[in-house]
Amino acid sequence: MNYEIVIGLEVHAELCTATKIYCGCKNAFGAEVNSNCCPVCTGMPGTLPTLNEKVVDYAITAGHALHCKINRISKQDRKNYFYPDLPKAYQISQFDVPLCEDGYVDVIVDDSGATKRVGITRIHIEEDAGKLLHHESFEDTLVDFNRCGVPLIEVVSEPDLRSAQDAKAYLETLRSILVYIGVTDGKMQEGSIRCDVNVSVRPEGSAQLGTRCEMKNVNTFSGAMRAIEYESRRQMELIEAGGTVTQETRRWDDDKGVNVLMRSKEDAHDYRYFPEPDLGVIAVARERVDALKASLPELPNAKLLRYMREWGLPRFDAGLLVENPEKAAFFEACTALGTAPAKAVSNWLLGDVSRILNEKHWSLCDTRLTPEGLCGMVAMIEGSEISNTAGKTVLEEMLLHGKAPAEVVKEKGLGQISDTGALEAVAREVLASNAGAVEQYKAGKTNVLGFLVGQCMKASKGQGNPALLRELLLGLMESMGTPRY
Amino acid sequence: MLYTKTAAELSSMLRQGQCSSAEIVREQYARIARVDGKVRAFLSLTEEQALKTAAELDGRRAGGEALAPLAGIPLGVKDNICTKDVATTCASRMLESFVPPYSATVMEKLEAAGAIPLGKLNLDEFAMGSSCENSYFQKTANPHDVTRVPGGSSGGSGAAVAAGMAPLSLGSDTGGSIRLPAAFCGVVGLKPTYGTVSRYGLVAFASSLDQIGPLGRSVADVAMLYAAICGGDDMDATSINREYPDFGRALKPDAKGKTIGIPKEYFGKGVDADVADAVMAAARALEGEGARLAEVSLPSTPYALNAYYIISSAEASSNLARFDGVKYGFRADEFEDLTDMYEQTRSQGFGQEVKRRIMLGTYVLSSGYYDAYYKRAKLLQQQMAEEFAGVFATCDCLLTPTSPTTAFKLGENLGSPTKMYAADVCTVTVNIAGLPALSVPCGRDGDGLPIGMQLIGPKFSEQTLLDVAHHYEQLTGGWNQLPEAL
Repeated sequence: MNYEIVIGLEVHAELCTATKIYCGCKNAFGAEVNSNCCPVCTGMPGTLPTLNEKVVDYAITAGHALHCKINRISKQDRKNYFYPDLPKAYQISQFDVPLCEDGYVDVIVDDSGATKRVGITRIHIEEDAGKLLHHESFEDTLVDFNRCGVPLIEVVSEPDLRSAQDAKAYLETLRSILVYIGVTDGKMQEGSIRCDVNVSVRPEGSAQLGTRCEMKNVNTFSGAMRAIEYESRRQMELIEAGGTVTQETRRWDDDKGVNVLMRSKEDAHDYRYFPEPDLGVIAVARERVDALKASLPELPNAKLLRYMREWGLPRFDAGLLVENPEKAAFFEACTALGTAPAKAVSNWLLGDVSRILNEKHWSLCDTRLTPEGLCGMVAMIEGSEISNTAGKTVLEEMLLHGKAPAEVVKEKGLGQISDTGALEAVAREVLASNAGAVEQYKAGKTNVLGFLVGQCMKASKGQGNPALLRELLLGLMESMGTPRY
Repeated sequence: MLYTKTAAELSSMLRQGQCSSAEIVREQYARIARVDGKVRAFLSLTEEQALKTAAELDGRRAGGEALAPLAGIPLGVKDNICTKDVATTCASRMLESFVPPYSATVMEKLEAAGAIPLGKLNLDEFAMGSSCENSYFQKTANPHDVTRVPGGSSGGSGAAVAAGMAPLSLGSDTGGSIRLPAAFCGVVGLKPTYGTVSRYGLVAFASSLDQIGPLGRSVADVAMLYAAICGGDDMDATSINREYPDFGRALKPDAKGKTIGIPKEYFGKGVDADVADAVMAAARALEGEGARLAEVSLPSTPYALNAYYIISSAEASSNLARFDGVKYGFRADEFEDLTDMYEQTRSQGFGQEVKRRIMLGTYVLSSGYYDAYYKRAKLLQQQMAEEFAGVFATCDCLLTPTSPTTAFKLGENLGSPTKMYAADVCTVTVNIAGLPALSVPCGRDGDGLPIGMQLIGPKFSEQTLLDVAHHYEQLTGGWNQLPEAL
């Protein structure tokens, strides 16, 4: 039998607010153990939470980006359970009235730019728990409370995803949106984004959902794909063997590539949710909701499609530009100037510019490169004033010293030689010293022409006009009795 | 005999240089040494610090500095209010060794006002109880008859003030925990409007009902202490920012022209004849001063106890979950694994009554029972608030007994939780509706035990309640005498 896989995801994203959600402690990753905590976030007796309003703003911004309805009146609830990393023994979360509901996100699923709409059930705010520390250098288990009270949003999707690839595309799109609007740093390796994966399978064509299992401890997007593939196969094999899937929570072990039962439905926690009496309702004025909507930037998935459509960029290139807001902004500044072809600008940004940035561990703002400079340089290449090779030198000078391209070309004598007489001498010399190659060309190996042009470029120290050299080479060989191929 | 003075008298003596704060503090400790062996109100004393603060304040006063009315006046503090570097036990084995690294907002305010904490006062464990017998450490006695309870849960706060061990004290009131001890011990106690006193640093029992409040031997003293502790607080999201009058200075005898409602449900079965008679006598005395009496009805009153025990226990089950042996306080010596550590710690660290409420609260919040209990209790809460709002459309305040009986014998109700809970029947409604209420002594029963009457008002009507009570107190001379037997 053929099966359809049905996937829903619950994504937790840590918000990058300056302080924690219910106290004034710094919200920062990587601090010394138990240094970013206070009586409030460690749940000391008598302490009380007060809501960081920035968290509400961030969540509403995320809600707008995911086309959600914003609940201007929402409330916070206590989710009660015992665990050593949860100092109050309850997590302040939102149960029945989340800040945002009923949204969607358009996920790009192939290179043509085709999209699939994934429903967003809800987005709510909650506090993160601490971390348990185990190490051979100490006995027992210790607790680091630094992460307690770090603000989170939980983004719950509808079960609209149908494959591991779908899920990965959704996660990547969601992450890029949340990073773009500045609500999370999106750092996977620091656990800024984590997800729980719900998987069920059903016979192809069936309208009814199968019984789902939830997988916890999925920390990477590729891990999510592996977890989905594993779990869907497990369920299909179970059904094929005459068994039935039971609702349960399973822990994904990415190292071993398997999941194991955490708890069955019967053992499911009863969280005894009830309204948090220490905090009032969250009431947000319409003006504030509207202002947050107005402040939304163009979202990365929309921007990517626009780059493909308006500038003819391939999806991969558009994706690379978009995923880096700084490069995207630079690219757009270049296209706004309109003095150089967008595709060529994109190639330079993603090619040599990115290479230099990577080597130096810089971002664009660390350099002195301007859109005017880059476009000017690209235009000089396009206008055959300089060669591509010379362009690389110009780029480095612009990047490091903020010089204008024409200035560099002048200083370094990089101007392209289009003087036929001078270049003809070079071409003759190259043909004379590469008789073997000329013979090959005569024999029909036309790609040797590129080699010969390259030799001419080398001989002219990169300044020869390659198109002109090509013509000259062909003309000279013709005059020597070699036909043009 | 400084210990017999009210805070207002002491304040004026200090201002006029008739005594020093150090003298007052020393005399209070001497009085404590003399009588607390019998009363057992204090769990801990901070004598060294108190004398140091007193000397400092005396020095400042001698230097000509104008100090706040409470400056140099001692008080006792219920031991569920956090005091920096001073053990805060909640009368529980669970927190026997807990020393908070922070002070409650009220303590910071009092420190700024120059009030001098003498020590921490006994209570029912985590403020759960009506007799102060649920303390892990000791049972406090009623100063008027040491074979009887002082009322709870702020039993230490009521007894200390009644016995002259402190002119003032702080209690907390979740279902009557200030007013019941005030009534049983024959002192004045105010449960303020919910949100007018910061709860930051009050170890939570039921967050939506808890409120810190003052106890004293006169209405004026209670007004003065309330004025010092009320006000919005950025650390407590449920506290209310508004203009608060200076209750002490603004106090005036003012019953004339007031409409006082007498809710008939508060005078029904179970109310001692002595109690009902004393409260009605007070009502007529006020009528004689120009107040108008009106019989009113609050029909939901009979369901209040049920709603109260559901809501308060539900919140308590969550609030007390943090006492798990992981971070602070008690941890069982022996356990097998994490779950067993939780079970052993909580089984051994909590007393019987606390465990009963945690079980009850966990049950009413459980999946499948939430709608039947918690949700219905919350609906009733709304209905009761509306009924109160209805009567306050025509009444300035209501007059009821604080408790249906006077102080019962130590041990008398320990076997029956429901009988114990019934002591709260007149007080819980006020917490459920978030209202202010004042318990004022209004007579003695046949055994010479104090009787308390309760004035209930709409939100933020503390000044009205204090003014009516002050009028009554001036009229009758009050019923605030220190017990002779001690």
